[in-house]
Amino acid sequence: MNTSIMSSTVNQSTATLLGTRARMALAAVIAILVLVIPIFNLVVPADSVFHLSDYAVSLLGKIMCYAICALAMDLIWGYTGILSLGHGLFFALGGYAMGMYLMRQIGREGVYKSDLPDFMVFLDWKEVPWHWLGSQSFVVQMFLVVAVPGVLAFVFGYFAFRSRIKGVYFSIITQALTYASMLLFFRNETGFGGNNGFTDFKRLLGIPTATSSMRVTLCVLTGLILVVFYVMSKAIIASKYGRVLQAIRDAESRVLFTGYNTLWYKLSIWTLSAMMCGVAGALYVPQVGIINPGEMSPAASIEIAIWTAVGGRATLIGPIVGAFFVNGAKSWFTVTFPEYWLYFLGAMFIAVTLFLPQGIVGLVRKLSAKYANPTKRGAP
Amino acid sequence: MTPDLLEEGTKRREAYLARQASALTVGESGGQAASFGRVVSSTGEVDTAHGGILYVDDITVSFDGFRALNKLTLNIAVGELRCIIGPNGAGKTTMMDVITGKTKPDSGRAFFGSNIDLLRLRESEIAGRGIGRKFQKPTVFEQLSVFENLELALKMDRRVRASLMHKLTSADSDRIAEMLKLIHLKDSGSRTAGDLSHGQKQWLEIGMLLMQDPKLLLLDEPVAGMTDEETERTAELFLSLEGTHSLVVVEHDMKFIGELVNGGQREKKKIVTVLHEGSVLAEGALADVQANERVVEVYLGR
Repeated sequence: MNTSIMSSTVNQSTATLLGTRARMALAAVIAILVLVIPIFNLVVPADSVFHLSDYAVSLLGKIMCYAICALAMDLIWGYTGILSLGHGLFFALGGYAMGMYLMRQIGREGVYKSDLPDFMVFLDWKEVPWHWLGSQSFVVQMFLVVAVPGVLAFVFGYFAFRSRIKGVYFSIITQALTYASMLLFFRNETGFGGNNGFTDFKRLLGIPTATSSMRVTLCVLTGLILVVFYVMSKAIIASKYGRVLQAIRDAESRVLFTGYNTLWYKLSIWTLSAMMCGVAGALYVPQVGIINPGEMSPAASIEIAIWTAVGGRATLIGPIVGAFFVNGAKSWFTVTFPEYWLYFLGAMFIAVTLFLPQGIVGLVRKLSAKYANPTKRGAP
Repeated sequence: MTPDLLEEGTKRREAYLARQASALTVGESGGQAASFGRVVSSTGEVDTAHGGILYVDDITVSFDGFRALNKLTLNIAVGELRCIIGPNGAGKTTMMDVITGKTKPDSGRAFFGSNIDLLRLRESEIAGRGIGRKFQKPTVFEQLSVFENLELALKMDRRVRASLMHKLTSADSDRIAEMLKLIHLKDSGSRTAGDLSHGQKQWLEIGMLLMQDPKLLLLDEPVAGMTDEETERTAELFLSLEGTHSLVVVEHDMKFIGELVNGGQREKKKIVTVLHEGSVLAEGALADVQANERVVEVYLGR
């Protein structure tokens, strides 16, 4: 028996989750989040060159919400091979659940000075509809942030996976699902503020939202949740369960004939992925200050897939990098050349698909392997 | 529930009760619908007390009017090594699809042992009861290592939670190491399965089947794309499994069939089955089958 190979492969699967370098990188990220960002935004005076502007803090917070979505997308697309073009729906549902609470936090300070949210007064409603009954309670709404996307994903996924809907057909159905939901949320009768959605938030847990300290708190919280989700995803992928997911991606029929009921594997990761997006949406809404059905548009969901592809599928860190890269580029482009942004996005996606199938992370790995091993130039 | 569904259910229930009353549950045939009425074994262990491991009875499968299987009947004994040959489109792969639960037949019955009704079970359940299947095109998990491929095939709890908590024991690693040796991949444990040669992938897939410890192996063209030496080794491996496992080998390569039939436990007379147009054309010793006029006609198209 070749013991060296045996032990190395066993170690690979049972070794501690993160190596020394990865642990140090993670510690650095956490330190930046909890120390650097608050100090440079709140303590360093605004006229100093080291001051981190409020704009930068909220942009960072927003992009980290997107990064959570991209990470969730990587679990279902990168590792399980199921391309969802409807993840924006789960993001929006989490956002709406948070938005309902924020709307009730406005209290009587709205335009109409009523206990009801403004849009309900405008529609001449006398009391909140049934699905708003828990909206005064932070706990209830936080439960809904994960429960609504989770239950919807579970039910939809159960029927889709049980019927063996795969590949492009599944993608199209998810796209239709988010589009149909968008149309539903556009209607005033649905009770979510129609095409205006929710905005003009005043407080979260009784604390005013339009302050620097609140912005920093939300940004740091988003970052910490992103870190937790990253480590959790890492653990999932390192487990045997994670290897079954990758096996489903490579050859689902083989997995079935090996005795695994793939339905439950696909359904569990799909539901988890949706719930992660719901959390991202809930963190996004108070930082951006608005949620409307536009978040459910097909394009919003496709963008999540683009971040994942650009960063590098099935790498976990790649989609996070992709979310930062694409959205960073977007915020620069839309200021400098606003009319060319979509062309650039399209071109970038095509370029990545054609030349960088492993995305940015794949390119970096390739280059570092090349420089670490100069004799093996050109080797994959 | 719509009224017609209710009505249909009532009818099915009545038919079932009538059958129970007459105590004549055997002899009826039917496809998916009829199998709902049958009693499934409670223990789940395959019962081979009658000496048979697989009973395929009167199975018909049509796709858009084309009969892929036409009243196919096939019985495999415990420990038997059965070779099945037949021209393209004879229904060999469809037969495996029916046995492994991928395709539900229009009519007929398929039993594993005398107690497990295969038409009632899903693919994963059938695999769990002890039927392993190798595909025509080698199907392995290309992005995982050879070791991980075998690890996933290890016989153990296949449920989600068990997989999340799973830790490889040293006994498991030993089993995988033995298997790596058996399939001549002992130095390739950490290689990515996608980088293996075609023949090695075939071996890996066979190894994955064996890790599941199946009672019946269905092997669809197992030596396609293998070198002569690899083919010979495969024949040796299958012959060593004969007796402890039951094997059904579908193959085009007559030389390989010859090796299987003439090697191993010679005292047992091995049967070769020829399929044609979805049913059995001839069955018997290899020499008899090869001399059969109808077989020659089908193969040479005279």
